[in-house]
Amino acid sequence: MIRHHLPALLVVVPLGTGLALPLLATLSSRLAWPATVAAGAITAALAVAGVFQVLAGGPVHYAVGGWPPPWGIELVLDPLSAFVAAVVAAVSTCSLAYAGGLDDPALRGRLGGGPALCLLLLAAMMGIVVTGDLFNLFVFLEVAALATYALIGAGGGRALLASFRYVILGSLGASFYLLGVGLLYALTGTLNMADLAARLPAAEASRLVPVAVGLIVMGLGIKMGVAPLHGWLPDAYTYAPPAVVALLAPVATKVAAYALARILFSVLGVSFVLDASVLGGALAWLGAGSILVGGIMALRQDDLRRLLAYSSVSQMGYIVLGIGLATANSLAGAYLHILNHALMKGCLFFVAGAAAQRLGGTALADLRRMHRLMPVTTACLVVAALSMVGIPPAGGFFSKWYLLLGAVESGHWVFAGVILAGGLLAVVYMFRVLEHVCLEPRAADDHGGGHARVGRKDASPAVLLPLVVLAVGIVAAGIFNASIVNGLLRLAASVGVG
Amino acid sequence: MGEATVSLLPAAAVLPALAAATLILFSGRRPNLREAWSLGAAVLQSWAVIAMIPAALAGGALELRLVELSPGVSLALRADALGLVFAALSSVLWLLTTLYSIGYVRALDEHAQTRYFFCFAVCVGAAVGVALSANLLTFFLFYELLTVATYPLVVHKETPEAIRAGRVYLGYTLGAGTALLAGVAVTYVAAGTLEFRPGGLFSGDTAAGTIWLVFALLGLGVGVKAAVIPLHAWLPLAMIAPTPVSALLHAVAVVKAGVFGTLRVVGYVLGPDALAASGAWLVLAWIAAATIVLASLAALLQDNLKRLLAFSTVSQLSYIVLGAALATTGSLTGAVQHMVNHGTLKITLFFCAGAIYVATGRERVSELAGLGRRLPVTMGVFAVAALGLAGVPPAAGFLSKWYLIGGAVEAGFWPAVVVYLSSSLLNLAYFVPIVIAAFFRPLRGGDDLEEPSLMMLVPLVLTATAGVLLGLAPDVPVAFLSLAATAAADMLGGR
Repeated sequence: MIRHHLPALLVVVPLGTGLALPLLATLSSRLAWPATVAAGAITAALAVAGVFQVLAGGPVHYAVGGWPPPWGIELVLDPLSAFVAAVVAAVSTCSLAYAGGLDDPALRGRLGGGPALCLLLLAAMMGIVVTGDLFNLFVFLEVAALATYALIGAGGGRALLASFRYVILGSLGASFYLLGVGLLYALTGTLNMADLAARLPAAEASRLVPVAVGLIVMGLGIKMGVAPLHGWLPDAYTYAPPAVVALLAPVATKVAAYALARILFSVLGVSFVLDASVLGGALAWLGAGSILVGGIMALRQDDLRRLLAYSSVSQMGYIVLGIGLATANSLAGAYLHILNHALMKGCLFFVAGAAAQRLGGTALADLRRMHRLMPVTTACLVVAALSMVGIPPAGGFFSKWYLLLGAVESGHWVFAGVILAGGLLAVVYMFRVLEHVCLEPRAADDHGGGHARVGRKDASPAVLLPLVVLAVGIVAAGIFNASIVNGLLRLAASVGVG
Repeated sequence: MGEATVSLLPAAAVLPALAAATLILFSGRRPNLREAWSLGAAVLQSWAVIAMIPAALAGGALELRLVELSPGVSLALRADALGLVFAALSSVLWLLTTLYSIGYVRALDEHAQTRYFFCFAVCVGAAVGVALSANLLTFFLFYELLTVATYPLVVHKETPEAIRAGRVYLGYTLGAGTALLAGVAVTYVAAGTLEFRPGGLFSGDTAAGTIWLVFALLGLGVGVKAAVIPLHAWLPLAMIAPTPVSALLHAVAVVKAGVFGTLRVVGYVLGPDALAASGAWLVLAWIAAATIVLASLAALLQDNLKRLLAFSTVSQLSYIVLGAALATTGSLTGAVQHMVNHGTLKITLFFCAGAIYVATGRERVSELAGLGRRLPVTMGVFAVAALGLAGVPPAAGFLSKWYLIGGAVEAGFWPAVVVYLSSSLLNLAYFVPIVIAAFFRPLRGGDDLEEPSLMMLVPLVLTATAGVLLGLAPDVPVAFLSLAATAAADMLGGR
C-alpha cells in the first residue's frame, strides 16, 4: 500500500500535516514544531525508501486519482527525481528541526502558521520533483512561491521589501515558465512530459520551440537565482528570518535547477540540448558567468548572510554549467552538487542563524571571538567552509572534480578554468570569514597566554544537533561519493541521453 | 616494482596522528594528557613506518585500498621505498619536535596551545599521507589537507603581520593546489589512470603538448611547496610562525612534501623518459639551478636568523629538484637522501634558532656574537649542523651532495656540477661568519644568559647526532641509503 502510493505520499504527508497544523496548534502550540519535524522525517524516510525502490525495480509511475496519463497528472520516481527528492526531504528535515530549535519569534504565530507554511513549502518542492506533468509543475512552483513570500515577509521590516521583490521577480519567472509551457501545449496538445517528449520531434521544425524553451529556461533561471537573474536572492537571504533562510537556501533553488534538468533531458533530449540548438552552450556560459559574478560579489560583502547569498549565486552556476555541458561526468557533478551544496549551504546558514541569535548580528565584525564563544558552531563552519573551497574529503570537492573532468574531457578549457577560478574565489571569501571568526589580532610581543577565558554561549543542543548532522553529512557525502555516483547518479545522468 | 601485499600497516602510519588530533581537541584543559596524545601517536606512527621498510627493500610494497573516491580511483596507500623515506623522516622528527614544542610553548606561555598541537598532528598525519599515497587523487587529498592544517600555525601569533603572511601562504599554496587539481584532471583524462607507476603513466605515443601541459600544471602544483624561485615568496614570510613550526613544517613536512611531489611526478607520473624526450627536464633543471644560486645569494643578505635559514632551505630544496630533473641513478639516490639529510640538519638549525630565542630573545644574526660562551651546547650544535649543510663532514650533507654531483656528471650536465659546488661555497659564506662571531667575538650584554631547558636541548642534540650518524653510517638505524637506492632504481625501472 505504502509502496504503491509512495510518489503521492511524498507530497501528501507534508501537505496534510501542514494543513492540520493550525488545528493541532489550537490544542497545544508546543506541538507545532515537533509535528512539523516528524512530518519532515517521515517524508525523508519515504524519499529514501523511494530511492531503493527505484534502484531495485526501476522507475515508479503513479497516476493521480486513477486518471491515466497523458490525461491525468502523473507522478514519476526515476533515479534523478528519487535522488533529488531524498536530498530535499532529508536536508529540509534538518532545516525544520533547526528552525524549531531556534524558536524564531517571527515564526511563533499562535496558530502554528510558521511551521505550517514551512511544510507547505516542503510539499510544493516535493511536488515539483516528483511530478511528470509540466502544468502541475507550474502549480507546485506557485505554491512554493506563495509559501516563500509569506515566510520571507514574516521577518518584518526590510524583509517585507525583500519579499515584495521576490513577489515581482518570482511572478515574472513563473509567467515566463507558463508562457513557455503554453506554447509547447499549443504545438503538441499535451502537458505530460513523457508524452511531450514523444510528440515533440514532429513539431521540432517549428520556430516556436526555441522560443518556448527560452522562456522556460528564463523562468526557471529566475527561480534558481543564477546571475544575472538573481536580483531577488541576496535581499531575501539576508533579511528573511534565519529559520526561513535555513529552509530556503539549501534546497529551494536546487529544485528549480532540477526542473530545468528534467525538462532539458526528459522532454527535449540531450541531442536537442547539445546538437540541435545553442541551448547547451548558452547554459554553460550562463553558469560560468554566474560562478564568477557570484564569487566576485561575495568578496565584497561585509555581512555573513549576504556573502553566503552571493556564494549561492556562484554555486548555482556550477550546477547550471554542468547541465549545460551535458556530459556523463558533468551531469554527475551537477547532480552531486545539488546534494553537496544543499549540505554545506544549509550548514553555513545554520551557523549564520545561530550567530545572529547569540552574537547579535552577522556582520563580519560581530563574529570576532566566535571561535571561543561558540566552539561547536565554529567547527561546523570550518568544515562547511572547507567544503565550499573544495578541500577533499569534504563533499564540495568531489562535485567540482566531476565537473572538471567533464569540462576537460570535452575539451572545454575555458569552462575548466572557470570551475577552478570559482574555487579560488571561494578560498578568498570563505577564508575572509574564517579570519574574522577564528583570529583575534594582537600586538607582536603578546604571546596571549594570559588571556582571560571567555564564557561559552554556544547555541542550544536543539540547534547544534541538526548543524552537526549536516557537517558530518558533508564529509560523509565526500567519502562515499563514488557509491552515490556509481549507484544512482550515473543512472540519473543517463536520463534522456540513451 | 614488486608484488604488492595488502596490509593494515599503512593505515597505522597515517591514522595515529589524525586520531591524536581529535583527542587533543578534547583534552584542551589537561595539557599533560594533551601532549601525551601527540607523543604516543608519534611513537606509534614511527613504529608503523619503520616496520614497513623491510618489505619495501625486498621489493614488495605494502598496500591498503580504502573507499573508492571516484570511479576507478580509490583512497589508497602504498608504502614504497620513496614514500617510506619521507614518512620515516616526518614521523621520527615529529616525535622530537613534539618534545621541543612542549618546552617552547610552555616557556613562552603561548596562547591557543590546543589549536597548535591539533594542527601539528593533522599536518604530520597529512604529510605521512602524502608520502604513502598510491595515486594522484589520494596525494592531492593529503596535500590539500596539509596546506589547510598549516595555515593556523602560520597565523598562530595573530599579529597583523602574521595574518598577512597567512594570506600570502594561502594564496600561493591553494593557488598551487588549483593548478595541481587541473593537472590531476588532465592526467586522468589523458592517461586513463591516476595510480603511480614506476616510469610514468603516459605511453610513448602521448602528444608532447599533453606532456608539457601536465608538466606545467603538476609542476606548478608541487613547485610552490618546493619553493622554487619564483614560487618561493611565501616561505620566508611563513617564518613568522612559532619556531617549532618553522622547524618541522617549513624545513621538513610541508616543503619536503613539495620536493617529494616533484620526485613522484618525475618518477611515477610523467616518467623520466617522457621528461627527457619532451625536453621538459631542461626547464626544470635550469629553474632549480637558478634557485640554488639565487636563494644562496639572498641568504647572504639576511639579518634575521630564521629568514636566513628559510632562504637556505629554498636553495637546498632545489638541490633535490635538480637531482630529480637529471634523473640518473646517482642524482635520484642523492636527491632522495638529501631529503633526509637536509631535513635532519635544517631542523637542528631551527631548533637552535628557537632555543636562542627562548633563552635570549634574540632573533638577528648580528646579535649572536659571543653567544657561544653562554650557550655552548646550542651554538656548538649549530656549528656542526651548519657546516654539515655546507658539505663539511662528518655531518651528512656531504654524502648526498657526493651522490648528486656524481649524478650530474653521469648525466653530463656540467652546469649542475658547477652550481652544486658554488652553492657549497656560498653556504660556507653565510654560515661560517655566524659561527666565528658566536665563538670568537665578545658578548654584548646579557652576562646572565644560560642554555634553555632540557626539553629543548635534548631534541636538538639528538637531531644533530642523527645528522652526524647519517653521514657516517647512513643505513643505521633506519636504512635510508638503501631506501634511496631502491627508490632511484624503482623510478628508473621503467627504462
